[in-house]
Amino acid sequence: MTTNYIGLPISRVDGPAKVTGRAKYAGEYNLPNLAYGVVVSSAIAKGRITKIVTNEALRLDGVIQIFTHENAPPTSPLDESYHDESAPPGSPFRPLHDDRIMFSGQPVALVVAETFELARYAASLVRVEYQAEPHQTDLTAKRGQAREPKPREFIEKPKSRGDVAKALAKSTAQIDVEYTAPAEHHNPMEPFATTVVWEETGKITVYDKTQGAQNNQRYICKVFELPESDVRVLSPFVGGAFGSGLRPQYQSFLAVMAAVGLKRSVRVSLTRQQMFTFGHRPQTIQRIALGATADGTLKSLTHEAVAETSKFEDYSEPVVNWSGELYRCKNVKVSHKVVPLDVYTPLDMRAPGAAWGLFALESAMDELAHELHVDPLELRLKNYAEKDLNTGKRFSSKALRECYQQSAERFGWSKRVPEPGSMREGDSFVGWGLATGVWDSWQMPASAKAVLTADGKLTVSSATADIGTGTYTIMTQIAAETLGLPLADVKFELGDSALPASPVEGGSFTAASIGSAVKAVCEKVRKKVLNRARKTKNSPLVDAKVNEVTFANGRVALHTDPSRGVSITDAMKQGKAGNIQEEVVATPNESRQSRYIRHSHSAIFAEVKVDEDLGIIEVPRIVAAIAGGRILNPKTARSQIIGGIVWGIGMALEEESVIDQKFGRFMNHNLAEYHVPVNADVRDIDVLFVEERDSVVNPLGVKGLGELGIVGTAAAIANAVFHATGQRIRTLPITLDKLLISSAARRELQKPAA
Amino acid sequence: SDQPMPTQKGVDVNKETQSMPTRTGITLRVNGSDKHIDVEPWTILLDALREYLDLTGTKKGCDHGQCGACTVLVDGKRINSCMTLAIMKDGTEITTIEGIGNGNGLHPVQQAFIEHDAFQCGYCTPGQICSAVGLIKEGRARTADDIRELMSGNICRCGAYPNIVAAIQQAMHAQERNANP
Repeated sequence: MTTNYIGLPISRVDGPAKVTGRAKYAGEYNLPNLAYGVVVSSAIAKGRITKIVTNEALRLDGVIQIFTHENAPPTSPLDESYHDESAPPGSPFRPLHDDRIMFSGQPVALVVAETFELARYAASLVRVEYQAEPHQTDLTAKRGQAREPKPREFIEKPKSRGDVAKALAKSTAQIDVEYTAPAEHHNPMEPFATTVVWEETGKITVYDKTQGAQNNQRYICKVFELPESDVRVLSPFVGGAFGSGLRPQYQSFLAVMAAVGLKRSVRVSLTRQQMFTFGHRPQTIQRIALGATADGTLKSLTHEAVAETSKFEDYSEPVVNWSGELYRCKNVKVSHKVVPLDVYTPLDMRAPGAAWGLFALESAMDELAHELHVDPLELRLKNYAEKDLNTGKRFSSKALRECYQQSAERFGWSKRVPEPGSMREGDSFVGWGLATGVWDSWQMPASAKAVLTADGKLTVSSATADIGTGTYTIMTQIAAETLGLPLADVKFELGDSALPASPVEGGSFTAASIGSAVKAVCEKVRKKVLNRARKTKNSPLVDAKVNEVTFANGRVALHTDPSRGVSITDAMKQGKAGNIQEEVVATPNESRQSRYIRHSHSAIFAEVKVDEDLGIIEVPRIVAAIAGGRILNPKTARSQIIGGIVWGIGMALEEESVIDQKFGRFMNHNLAEYHVPVNADVRDIDVLFVEERDSVVNPLGVKGLGELGIVGTAAAIANAVFHATGQRIRTLPITLDKLLISSAARRELQKPAA
Repeated sequence: SDQPMPTQKGVDVNKETQSMPTRTGITLRVNGSDKHIDVEPWTILLDALREYLDLTGTKKGCDHGQCGACTVLVDGKRINSCMTLAIMKDGTEITTIEGIGNGNGLHPVQQAFIEHDAFQCGYCTPGQICSAVGLIKEGRARTADDIRELMSGNICRCGAYPNIVAAIQQAMHAQERNANP
């Protein structure tokens, strides 16, 4: 038996619960006397509700109540109460607050009935009359009104340096292009749902879909003016979120409102269509101008982004921030501006900012390489940044060069024929493209509790979440290894507002933040176990200090002579001391960390096949080399990266929330018309983890992998499409109609003049 | 309930109520045992399983037959349970994820899903597994490409597809070996 688990491909500890259907998600707690709430959504994008006719629905036997802005129980009058931990600056949306409609699909009523079927039918009988006002949902039409967003926590204002115009004018090769990206929706498989269990005492237990149980608990307490002791939020399983659970969504508000108002347990589940009525990745227009000398030395880099936000909050994300750091270039101009539209506030979605920004930057680098007749990989290596020129700081670690080399070798990049359209296979053009990825390696303050019982079983806990990321599994590994216990004797609990404080599960910082807390709390437990081990009869450890012993294989023993030790269960039986319980808050070493730039990196190589006649694009293979610090579990880590890459395929070729400007509404609000990759769209994905040691990022040396996989993938695919066809599609997603139109236009241009 | 209710402006909630159509009694044979339930004529099989029989392993992802999260086996064939009315399945044999395993043990497909990490959030997983069991029974899939095509009715937003294909291949080949030792 060995209890060294960190770095091993351990299968998910929550796997058996998930493959048998035992894992319960927020909308699956069936309780006696549960009432069902169904949301009625606004049919207009802007205006006022003039009348809501509910009597037809209320007449149905079994319809309990219909909440609208006219009868909703009062909630906190303070704007600040609605501001959750992940909210951008502004005035958050309040469901059923007044008669104003601010976005299409806004909840305007909640129908509560004895059964789900009845609530749904009754909701169809609610008639809402509006006084519509002209709405503005078209970013392109309003881009002239772009302005600086209000500063947002954790997002640095982009920094410019040098003189880009002068440098561009002196450059031998120049490109100046614009890329357009549509709105996208997270679409986790589990629709948002909340089940509120109401008790006679007035206490509520809220099973909620969230990436932060405590974030939702605080929100509910502030909004409904309830003491924290009366509200417990639980989210042990979350059916995907990808950022959509960073903020409490409106079903959470409505379910609590109904439960408290009706004094009974209530569930509110959103439909797939309603999953398009809150938060999305914002449509974004980017301009990139690059200038370089003939040998490929980058001289001038301009990256300007204009994105949508709502009229009530200033959402912004780091789209352009990476461009001043990724390459060595003296003259950089970056800016990010927003245009307020009549939409719901955009919402962080897997690699917010970087997903769009790196698509544009890495596409532009490919365009520059083509212009210069330089290999795209050579161009990146030529301008490789050893330090961040914005701040002059070094990287805490940066194995990007190794990523490029190992990924290129595995992919076979040296066999690439540079000329677009020159590689073929049957009726298809073959294209090879590459791109770089980068993401933050944050550590946030977080706490954890550990309880070791007399029988040697350990329970460690923190309020964090596992949205499919593997939190349960890696925390169990860290705890088991630190205390030298078998995995089966260790349990990790999460997703409960009553557990030790944790930030929301996002930003790829959970492994680093919660992992550091778990390690620290288990190290504290070690000291107490050693104290007890010293006191066992004839203890060989009587004089041993904590740095002289190893905890492994269920024993605490001397480094120098592992045969001399005490089993942990024997130590725990010592005296009548009972359980050992410890709790810690692990805070980042900010003074040390702030001296470095701390990022993860990747190099993504993609192959596409484009059917010559039909324009159908396939992605037969992708190779991704990842510099993500220490890998705690190569099995779940690989899955994280594969998942991100699948999102990159969707972003490049499929995903687009199409807005009908006439109605100001997303019209493809379902999974048949909003295309996400399906099994047949995904072929070989080869993930390499490049060795990277980093003692600065956090005590574990991990960098987080949830977001990195998507960053750069769409650019690698777009670059491969260009290499296959010679056509540069700068508007995502790259669908076959755009390719065919583009090729038809090209043929038209190439016709000899009549 | 004698609890005070918030008043609905302009509507007398005590006014004569309108009754809904009578519920219909049906018998579904679910995971080997007979279940008698009274359902509305328009109750879909998925809601009957989740809300009436507390079999929440079968998931609702779209309610429109677009995502496959609700896949169950009806008389051995995989179907989207959100696209069929419960009363249409009166008398049929239904297998949900809760009934896939062999007694206390895991079905080889469930085991393979764990080994290959063929899921992340787990929400599409019961549907994927039921679909895979149905697929293997159909006997049409031979290659990885066949599996990809024939599993494309089951969306996995976490993007575990390569691992799903590997897991199904393992279970499929194990079954073939057992059939032709």
